[in-house]
Amino acid sequence: MTLPGLGESGQKKLQEGSVLVVGAGGLGCPALPYLAGAGVGRIGVIDDDVVELTNLHRQVLFTMDDLGARKVFCAAERLRALNPEISVEPYSERLGKENALELIARYDVILDGTDNFATRYLVNDACVLMGKPLVYGAVSRYEGQVAVFNVADENGAATNYRDLFPVPPADGEVLNCAAGGVLGVLPGIIGTLQATEVIKLLTGIGTPLSNRLMIYNLLNARSYTLDIRPRAKTRQHLPDSREAFLQRNYEWECGLGTTIREITAGELGDLQQAGQTLVVDVRELWEKPEITTFQRVPLSALKAAVPDWKETTIALVCQSGVRSLLAAELVQQHFEGSKEVVSLKGGIAALQQAGW
Amino acid sequence: MKVLVFGQLTDITGSDTLEVAEAPDTGRLLEQLKQRFPALETAAFLLAVDQQVIENLTALSPDSVAALLPPFSGG
Repeated sequence: MTLPGLGESGQKKLQEGSVLVVGAGGLGCPALPYLAGAGVGRIGVIDDDVVELTNLHRQVLFTMDDLGARKVFCAAERLRALNPEISVEPYSERLGKENALELIARYDVILDGTDNFATRYLVNDACVLMGKPLVYGAVSRYEGQVAVFNVADENGAATNYRDLFPVPPADGEVLNCAAGGVLGVLPGIIGTLQATEVIKLLTGIGTPLSNRLMIYNLLNARSYTLDIRPRAKTRQHLPDSREAFLQRNYEWECGLGTTIREITAGELGDLQQAGQTLVVDVRELWEKPEITTFQRVPLSALKAAVPDWKETTIALVCQSGVRSLLAAELVQQHFEGSKEVVSLKGGIAALQQAGW
Repeated sequence: MKVLVFGQLTDITGSDTLEVAEAPDTGRLLEQLKQRFPALETAAFLLAVDQQVIENLTALSPDSVAALLPPFSGG
């Protein structure tokens, strides 16, 4: 590279640098090849998912030939082919509190490409605890957010995600689950912005997006950047030691702790055959595909009132199986244990995969 | 004064730009917004004024621009 300000010394810093990309999805996929192409010496990528057909429009590292294969191994193969001089370290597992601190410690910069609040808060807290630069990115419909956390500005102030949103939203997964439709270019733009910030942090060029949150709206092509300041009350929500971190339950804090039994697509079919089971689709009315054999009662309507269903088993479904869990909790409470309430794991997406 | 609305909060407000009556401070502004859009009461969002995240009660001027931002988790 012969860019002014970067040059040979910048290239050397990239070569000696390392990044952990959490999630090889919509954000990780566009970020990874640019990081490999720039010559970042060591790239870790962690994800426990396999490639699905519905991923391909935005997860551009994968092709039809990869369907069903582990994302991180496909990604590693592409990145090695792109730049054989770098080291790629795939982890086919989920980032959880058990492995987070150890993994994060091994890298210079962390890129958050996850798709749920539980892992986002976990990654944030682990990075604060370890003083690790975190490049955050997230998308919803036509908007994306990017920020750099835990990097002090010239005044020595550093902020993190909890300075924006101190605690997870009560039923925030509603926003996520409905993400069935996103234009592939949106995570593409946000993921490459994240890769840009990683390269800036590793080389020291420019001014990182530290203590600022940038929001990009694809529809009106406008961006809005706001300043973040450390909040006094952030600290009380953060684990202050390794032990405190390990005791946290991020799924529960994000409304995902549940005693509801989750069933597979096959089990749902069996229940329907056996009769006495009502299948309720809790997606909002505008969400597709429409499945006419299920009763449609959106989660928002269920919150107002649970209908007086007569069937003995109620099976809740949604797009990806997160909202249906919340709905199942509501229904369970309403019937006070007098009915069996189950939730379809993986949602409509799992049904489609099972060939419904 | 002007209020910019981001993300799925526009489902509640119906628009990404609101024109609201002048409010002396952020407390009064939020009160006014929640009266007009009751669903904001239970929605998760942060308030920014003139591109600064607001934590405490802050005085507003007629030309202040406020923004409501929800948390995103998609990736």
